[in-house]
Amino acid sequence: MLRTLISRTGQTLLVLLAVSAIAFVTFRYVGDPVQLMVREDASFAEKERLREQLGLNQPVYVQYGRFISRVVCGDLGISYRNQRPVRDMLTERLPATLELVFVATVLALGIGIPLGIYSAIRRDGALARLLQLLSLIGMSTPAFVVGILLILVFSVHLKLLPSFGRGETVQVGWWSTGLLTASGWRSIILPAISLALYQLTLIMRLVRSEMIDVLSTDYIRYARARGLPRPYIHFKLALRNALMPAITVTGLQIGSLIAFAIVTETVFQWPGMGLLFIQAVTFVDLSVMAAYLLLVGLIFVIINIVVDILYVMLDPRLRGSAA
Amino acid sequence: MTMPPVLSIDGLRVDYPLADGNNFCAVDDVSLSIQPGEIHALVGESGAGKSTVGNAIAGLIDPPGRITSGTILIAGKPLGGKGSDGIRLGRDIGVIFQDPMTSLNPLFTVGSQIVETVSYHLRESARASKESAIELLRTVEMPEPERRFSCYPHQLSGGQRQRVVIAAALSCNPKLLVADEPTTALDVSVQAQILSLIKRLADERQLGVLLVTHNMAAVAQIADRVSIMRSGRLLESGPVSRVLRAPQHDYARNLIQAVPRIEAPLRRLPVLSEKDDVGTSIQTILETRLGRREAAGSDALLTVSGLTVDYTTRNWLRGGHVHRALDGASFSIRRGEIFGVVGESGSGKSTLANVIAGLVRPTSGTITFDGRPLGANRDRDARRAVQMIFQDPYSSLNARMPVGEAIAEPIRFYHLASSRADSLSRARTLLEAVGLSGDMGERFPFAFSGGQRQRISIARALAAEPSLLICDEPTSSLDVSVQARVLNLLKDLRDTAGQTLLFISHDLAVVRQMCDRVAVMHAGCIVELADCETIFTSPKHSYTRHLMSCVPSMPISDCPPTHKKNASA
Amino acid sequence: MKALASRYLSLKIPVFVLAAGVFAGALTLVAVLAPFIAPYNPTNISSFNLADSEIAPLFLGGDDPRFVLGTDNQGRDLLSAIIYGARISLIIGAGAVLFATLLGMTLGLIAGYFGGWIDAVIMRVADVILSFPTILLALLISGIARALFPAAAEPEWAPIILIGAIGTHDWVQYARTVRASTMVESAKDYVRAVRVIGLPSRQIIFRHIVPNIMASVLVVATVNLATAMLTEATLSFLGVGMPPTYPSLGTLIRIGNEFMFSGIWWIALFPAITLVSLILATNVVGDWLRDRFNPKLRVRL
Repeated sequence: MLRTLISRTGQTLLVLLAVSAIAFVTFRYVGDPVQLMVREDASFAEKERLREQLGLNQPVYVQYGRFISRVVCGDLGISYRNQRPVRDMLTERLPATLELVFVATVLALGIGIPLGIYSAIRRDGALARLLQLLSLIGMSTPAFVVGILLILVFSVHLKLLPSFGRGETVQVGWWSTGLLTASGWRSIILPAISLALYQLTLIMRLVRSEMIDVLSTDYIRYARARGLPRPYIHFKLALRNALMPAITVTGLQIGSLIAFAIVTETVFQWPGMGLLFIQAVTFVDLSVMAAYLLLVGLIFVIINIVVDILYVMLDPRLRGSAA
Repeated sequence: MTMPPVLSIDGLRVDYPLADGNNFCAVDDVSLSIQPGEIHALVGESGAGKSTVGNAIAGLIDPPGRITSGTILIAGKPLGGKGSDGIRLGRDIGVIFQDPMTSLNPLFTVGSQIVETVSYHLRESARASKESAIELLRTVEMPEPERRFSCYPHQLSGGQRQRVVIAAALSCNPKLLVADEPTTALDVSVQAQILSLIKRLADERQLGVLLVTHNMAAVAQIADRVSIMRSGRLLESGPVSRVLRAPQHDYARNLIQAVPRIEAPLRRLPVLSEKDDVGTSIQTILETRLGRREAAGSDALLTVSGLTVDYTTRNWLRGGHVHRALDGASFSIRRGEIFGVVGESGSGKSTLANVIAGLVRPTSGTITFDGRPLGANRDRDARRAVQMIFQDPYSSLNARMPVGEAIAEPIRFYHLASSRADSLSRARTLLEAVGLSGDMGERFPFAFSGGQRQRISIARALAAEPSLLICDEPTSSLDVSVQARVLNLLKDLRDTAGQTLLFISHDLAVVRQMCDRVAVMHAGCIVELADCETIFTSPKHSYTRHLMSCVPSMPISDCPPTHKKNASA
Repeated sequence: MKALASRYLSLKIPVFVLAAGVFAGALTLVAVLAPFIAPYNPTNISSFNLADSEIAPLFLGGDDPRFVLGTDNQGRDLLSAIIYGARISLIIGAGAVLFATLLGMTLGLIAGYFGGWIDAVIMRVADVILSFPTILLALLISGIARALFPAAAEPEWAPIILIGAIGTHDWVQYARTVRASTMVESAKDYVRAVRVIGLPSRQIIFRHIVPNIMASVLVVATVNLATAMLTEATLSFLGVGMPPTYPSLGTLIRIGNEFMFSGIWWIALFPAITLVSLILATNVVGDWLRDRFNPKLRVRL
């Protein structure tokens, strides 16, 4: 078990290193930071002095090393556009994104898994077929279209729910939460649904096909042959086998929820990191882009490790193979 | 007899509706009954409907199939009756499937899989059901039952897993045990243990057993009565001693005769119908068209010495783990002989075949072929001279290539024909030589049965005009009657064209029928090498003797051993 | 029993799959023939007239028979814009699929057939890419492109960058599928047989392995076409895809989104309907192909 974990952690560290290299290259080589930082009429000498101050005249590997050590210390640089430390900008917006992703994950798993199980067990039933069709529509509708339709119906037409922002937030330490106020909850409903829908259909379809596969295995046939009751076979035995591959995919999906939050935050003007990132991309604010990338990379690594631990805990074949 | 039979089936019919609106009748008008303590074997070739009967008894027919008529009574009552005295699957009927590797859920301990059955059916407490589970494991002769209780399936061997499956099937003291090919996936020595376990349990517990199998020898070893099925119908039924010795029905007689005997070698194996047997007709084709006859003699065609293969599983934390699959094998194969290699799974016999064929690189040791060294990087001539046929007829042909094209490929590659048309006509000749018709070359593999595909594989291997043909378990996936025909074809190749064969098999009876000399392998080593007669009549090595003792013997039938026409061949 | 089962499963094409196929085919045809079918050229900005802007569609009370589906804020005919937009979406989707297929198949075949260190390297790279969501990788690539290339020439480089950005992520799926199938096929006896015969690797790969894995590649490609178009639309909606002067369906929705609160919802809605139905039709066909040809192949992103 330890072995698997160590090797997986090594792999994720590799991912992080790759991300940081991309971030560094983005930061350093795409566009000239000096050009972006100084006044238009700065002299050559002024530019050179700044170049030296920033350490841009040193060899690449030294610069990369310093970049890494700065990042490890939490210094993510300064936004060219806003002239503010990137770290402050990100910590300000992190809670909004994480809360959105959290609610969307709960929705996607909480609805997707039961629907997947249902449509596997009743695979030829009318409702299961309808669900299959609906899931195809869900998979074919981009998140932003879902968002726009939700706004059109619930905000513009019915005027039931707000179409932008987080509503009122409450400060808990440095964390600003919208989950403690009624207006915060009203605000999160539409964005969370639009973010969750695509993943929900994916998880539902995955659980369905895994479950169907498992139900046709010999060991489930053998469980039937021992006369065990159907609910026991479905929920105690088969579900566990079916959820094994679903765990990996779910881990990846939470990762993509964070990425897709960029879209949802744009549609709903949700003040999260994604909105910040997309603004940075449009205005070529490279240090914000690089920092966002690093943070998201770190979150992915954490998710990956959690998924691996879960996997090893659930699958005895991966635990101590020496027995 | 005062007790009702544990199983009585009357007029059972199972239908599968097909998509084109037709109906496929898998089981038709089958009736049989089993008394307490009796083992009733249901035998037949694949597609005979024997497993469907087993599934019907357990109520496990998968839709769209369904039982359309007939009754199945267990101890006088139908399955799933009302109340606590109704017949329950798992409590009153125990079921064992073929493959113990896939019968157990990999995510749960073997103990819990027995406990769940006990506690559900008998409503026992957690502690009581754990105790009965351990007791059951002891009953099925599981070593260290307390420790094995909390093992996961992947930590047990195939034989141990099958014991767990049997323990779970017996956990509620059923009246009837349905065993569907319980030993097919197991090695011969484990097979013997499991069979005698089933026999003992039937005696001790007065358990009725329906043994669904294709293995005649297993039937001879433990069954009391036997029923022979073909195409969904029951042809013949009776006591084992009578049916195996003097079968009444033609098909039954042919089927029993086609089983290779370990007692004495025959000139040719009897086959079901003579028109399928190529017999001597290939002699002229092979001789005149291909000119393949090589002088048989005592000089060695192939010599291996000290051949060793290590498989290393690399792991950056623990370092390499070395598994020695083949350990210093040395022998030589003479021109024109059939050299047999026999052993259980994991004995290294397939590795040996792969090394000689050039598919696996040896760690050390040498191969000398026709006087020249044969390494893993061989020239065209050396490659051409060693060809191979494989076990699984379904995967040994490219599904997207017409079979004639597949046979012509080596002919073209080695420039053995002057033109494309010539190579295709040679492919036709080869198809005819292996007993198929030449115009079948335009068809794709799916149009052929398992036996026909194996013939096509042989034709493709012969197309390269090899000096040595390696046969790696060539008939292990085939039904017994088909096996007889393929084995006869291989015999003919040697007898009429002087083809040298390296014949690898786990089946001692087949080896006895086929080979001139035999090497017995165990754990990567050749433990004994001698003339076939010597090995089977006076084995020297203890492992060889052990292997022989595990093979159930078939009674010699009273009917004439071969067809008259073939006897003259 | 095997033959029996396959006979039972050999169903005819369901009606709605056929309908989806015909619909997708027809839309593709319209998109290909856009210059001959569309009433106006929506990329010719000088032909727009601001006086024509924000006209409602005919069936919603619009009074201008020239514009069946109305116009956008610049007076662009929405019908023409949708036809051209679908064309751009399809071109980029197909381009990304082609790019990803070629790259993924090549690397997958190499990794699966030869194994060893080259397999390890390719699959590690694939793992790293896979742990990044498509959208993020694509955003990053187009973000960098934005910094490197001149904004004025955006209509020229944007489609190529989009194809590259989407394909750079999606090849991993092909590589994984092809590698897995190649390994399965290589272990099968027919490949071992031709290896014993002595055929060279090139011939074994192209004559024997490739024909046997094409079905699964085709299935992945169909499913992938849908996701590629979806990603393109998302990027364009975010403003880092096709520019408003050469709008794809996603760009049109982005433009429409700004006018939604003023009650002019059709600018966003009609392109959205077109986009969703195009992707849905592709998905229906892909889903059916997957069940039909390769039940073991699943949505694993």
